[in-house]
Amino acid sequence: MMHVSMHVRVNHPPKELEIPGPKRVREVLRELGLIPEAYLVIRNDELVTEDEILRDTDIIDIRPVISGG
Amino acid sequence: MRCRKCPTRAVIKIPRHHTAFCGPCLTEFVRTQVQRAIKTERMFTPDDRILVAVSGGKDSLTLWEILLALGYRADALYVDLGIGGYSARSREKVEQFAQQFAEPRQARLLVHQIKEEEGAGIRELADLVRRPTCSACGTIKRYHFNRVALANQYDVMATGHNLDDEAARLLGNVLRWQEDYLHKQGPNLPASVEGFAKKVKPLYRLTEREIAAYALVNRIDYIVEECPMAKGSKMLLYKDVLNRLETESPGTKQTFYWRFLERQANQTSTAPSMQDTDRTVLQPCRLCGQPTTADTCMYCKMMARAKSALV
Ligand code: SF4
Ligand SMILES: [Zn+2]
Ligand SMILES: [Zn+2]
Repeated sequence: MMHVSMHVRVNHPPKELEIPGPKRVREVLRELGLIPEAYLVIRNDELVTEDEILRDTDIIDIRPVISGG
Repeated sequence: MRCRKCPTRAVIKIPRHHTAFCGPCLTEFVRTQVQRAIKTERMFTPDDRILVAVSGGKDSLTLWEILLALGYRADALYVDLGIGGYSARSREKVEQFAQQFAEPRQARLLVHQIKEEEGAGIRELADLVRRPTCSACGTIKRYHFNRVALANQYDVMATGHNLDDEAARLLGNVLRWQEDYLHKQGPNLPASVEGFAKKVKPLYRLTEREIAAYALVNRIDYIVEECPMAKGSKMLLYKDVLNRLETESPGTKQTFYWRFLERQANQTSTAPSMQDTDRTVLQPCRLCGQPTTADTCMYCKMMARAKSALV
């Protein structure tokens, strides 16, 4: 059994978790309670849109884009 | 999902414009928005010398990259706040960027170090003068940007404020009905009096998400980590609220801020302009000469207090 492994960097230190695929980016964000407007989802170094399907072998990086300044 | 401009796979959807772009088309979109901001708000021309305020974050480095890519004469100033590891890491990003993007275009990076010049890091200074860190930080950064811009004869200072920053700030001001602050919220603040450099915000038409995506696509290596002092800031709360609204109803942030700007533009004919109001209330600081409403400016007052506490 393989996994989508997600590196969620919402807070410091970075949180890492595994979510079983296939699943759309939109659904993964919803499951994690994250608003699409505040994050970028990067799959294996490439930016993906919310309708993209993530699979078990993908390495996913969810990067917050909001800064406090 | 496909890019709306070419047959490639899209990397970002932009619901507020009902569109989606691949990497190269996103780059073109972002640069066009910046160019439009510069032209419609009459921010500067290709002859002007620009000083960009950089922090190592996505907005300021992206702004510097875009201005250079569009052929503008843009140098940058980095203020090293002396906040331990965070300042060291952000400075490293700025220096790397300067080497990679700025030097090949003969653009310069200037650095001001608070610890060396003011005698202590920003947190220690703020404690000494009993002010919240971010408010002391704001005073110091504003002071040095203005000082460096004037001393080196830059025509204009540019900051990386984006649509989210401006909409969040507007929301904060409106919630408290701080009308005095509202007139200072435009993307183009003219050099109102002798001693104040002109200030512009060329990213005001773009969201944080679009800018972060641009940085990623164009391999601009910025500091993702936040300044430790930003934790729990009101700005973050306002941005979160606005992003929830934006998700349900795309275009909310843009409408909120742009309509405000339109109203403001229509009002200027009747209300006294910012320049006129400033001219009547501002005078040169007794110690440094920068404009202030009192006889000594906030920065000089703060530094005098810090110095007497330091010895
Ligand atoms: S969060 Fe506060 S201390 Fe940190 S850079 Fe911003 S204003 Fe300065
Ligand atoms: Zn395209
Ligand atoms: Zn002064």
